[in-house]
Amino acid sequence: MTSTFTSRHTGRIVWAAAIVLALLLPELVASKTALTKMCLIGITIVFALSYNVLLGQTGLLSFGHAVYFGLSGFTAIHLINLIGQHQLPIPVLLVPLFAGITGAFFGLLFGVLSTRRHGTAFAMISLAIAELVAASSLILESFFGGESGITTDRSNGPAFFGIDLASQLQVYYLIVGWGVLSAIAMYAYTRTPLGRMAAAVRDNPERAEFIGYSSRMVRLLSFIISAFFAGIAGGLAAINYEIMTATNLSTAASGSVLIMVYIGGAGFFYGPIIGAILISLIQLSLSDITPAWLLYLGLLFVVTVLFAPAGIAGLVERHIPPLRAGMLHRLIPPYLLSGGAGLVFAAGVIALLEMNYHITLNAHEGPLLGLFWMKVDTGQPMAWVAAIIVTLVGFYLFRRTWPIVANAWNDLDSRQPGDLR
Amino acid sequence: MTQPALVLADLRKDFGKASIIRGVSLSVTAGERHAIIGPNGAGKSTLFHLISGRFPPSGGTVSLHGRDITRRSPFAINRQGLARSFQVSNLFPRLSVAENIRCAVLWSSGHRYCFWRWADNLADVSARVEDVLAQIGLKQRRDVLAGVLTYAEQRALEIGIAIAGGADVVLLDEPTAGMSRSETSRAIELIREVTVGKTLVMVEHDMSVVFDLADRISVLVYGEIIATGTAAEIKASKAVQEAYLGTVETDD
Ligand SMILES: Nc1ncnc2c1ncn2[C@@H]1O[C@H](COP(=O)(O)OP(=O)(O)OP(=O)(O)O)[C@@H](O)[C@H]1O
Ligand SMILES: [Mg+2]
Repeated sequence: MTSTFTSRHTGRIVWAAAIVLALLLPELVASKTALTKMCLIGITIVFALSYNVLLGQTGLLSFGHAVYFGLSGFTAIHLINLIGQHQLPIPVLLVPLFAGITGAFFGLLFGVLSTRRHGTAFAMISLAIAELVAASSLILESFFGGESGITTDRSNGPAFFGIDLASQLQVYYLIVGWGVLSAIAMYAYTRTPLGRMAAAVRDNPERAEFIGYSSRMVRLLSFIISAFFAGIAGGLAAINYEIMTATNLSTAASGSVLIMVYIGGAGFFYGPIIGAILISLIQLSLSDITPAWLLYLGLLFVVTVLFAPAGIAGLVERHIPPLRAGMLHRLIPPYLLSGGAGLVFAAGVIALLEMNYHITLNAHEGPLLGLFWMKVDTGQPMAWVAAIIVTLVGFYLFRRTWPIVANAWNDLDSRQPGDLR
Repeated sequence: MTQPALVLADLRKDFGKASIIRGVSLSVTAGERHAIIGPNGAGKSTLFHLISGRFPPSGGTVSLHGRDITRRSPFAINRQGLARSFQVSNLFPRLSVAENIRCAVLWSSGHRYCFWRWADNLADVSARVEDVLAQIGLKQRRDVLAGVLTYAEQRALEIGIAIAGGADVVLLDEPTAGMSRSETSRAIELIREVTVGKTLVMVEHDMSVVFDLADRISVLVYGEIIATGTAAEIKASKAVQEAYLGTVETDD
């Protein structure tokens, strides 16, 4: 995995700044809902990073990663309940570790079945396992609690040096603590002999066998490590939400982490972090505003796959050489021009989608729809015509201005040969 | 009397109905440089695949330093001290040149599936990586991704990966294929240098190279070895001239 985030030195500063920011964030944004959202984002980051141990590091496309998150989360709920009944003498703080071990155990169990193969066969087996586990979660009521799931109370356990986890703030710091530890450990993994071989097996599993390594064993060990960290994320989720339901290990949850990592950029260690933050924010904010938010998420995914296959991190890395060469400013005018056109196009598309959703889903509320800062009368044909015109004009302008961006890049590329990919 | 490093006994391989390797027996002495020549499609690469464990043979046995390695997996055979290169470059394209070599060194230096130490801080491994990079002449290109190397550089790296682990039996499949004259002679110098004290089995099309480098030569035609011997013996062999040599090289 490449970590060319400028020089090594700058990279460390950015990481340190990110950790400090995570620690100070509750001071900067004091609202309770923001704190709840930050907890969710922290858990999601750990989960996304664990997924990238598979996808980016080992080249394994899994459709069932939520299995390890979910099974560990359920186990964690049971553990916390046992702690509450004084049957387990460990602090709740350490439950994520045991959840991680649970994840690793299931990683071993299911990994033995699936890591024999790679590529499409692996992906299909992971999907089969995910469906299997999801189906059994609805049958095994005593463990999974059926439709309603199972609940716990994290503050039931004895306080540990005054930490009773009663407040959301304590939970936030618990998540930051485990999250930072996990992220460091996962980064370190990429730099160990096994981590390096995981990348080699990703690149060329056949050749790896001729330098002494069983590609299957490398995949299996990577799989277990990935499931371990997914388990930690699941344990944190159990503490945070105090409830686990079957949706936590559904294939939808597995698809969601895949989309996050892909959009963030699987080829770079920090890609999943960007993806987790961005997609969580979209989920948290858009789902309140519009019923079409899943569609927008899907559109974002499609656009990424088509136009930025290396994800957001790939785009960031692409801009670092011109930044270093002091030529980034040359890109700004073309970006503004093309970006403006893109916004017009997007506004048109959003208007059409929202108006459609409104007349099909919310017709009983009357024809008026609040869109951007306007009130649109969906009963008026002119409103539709206007939206269509905005879309077409935006599309036309975007097509006309995009070559300006491409030219600016060609110009930069020819100026610093060898410096830009 | 030195013990043979590699012994093939009546090795066979069928692909469906087609018999590609048809009873090959060969004994390569430890420290020997052995060349395998033969026309296109004779089965030279297939023979290497059988020895290195990529395909299981349909019949016969392979033994390495007196131990049977028939039907073992490629990694098990590699761990016994046999390494190989490929006719078509078979690298780790998204890893840097240095990483390619480092990965090839890891198992043999005992770090195996270790995930509790930094790969870059293993002094023994790093020293070996530097040596190999210097030998294959890619020190300047150490941080370049293997996938973007020039063809000749990829061939050099291909050899580097094969020898990096320090295996004492090395199979090289057409290491100079597609190289210019000067690149070929440089590659041959490199091979000579990195296989000192090792057993080398090499497929090679360039006759001048073969006669210059090899202690002994085997001629594989249509899945069978029709002659084995020194350069002089092979040049003098009637069977070889009829079947193969005369059509390729007449002026030597
Ligand atoms: N996996 C396979 N399945 C079926 N036939 C194969 C397979 N691999 C090789 N062959 C056939 O076996 C024969 C020998 O191939 P091989 O690659 O070993 O020849 P070679 O002597 O290395 O030739 P070259 O000089 O072109 O490299 C060819 O006719 C080839 O088509
Ligand atoms: Mg061949």
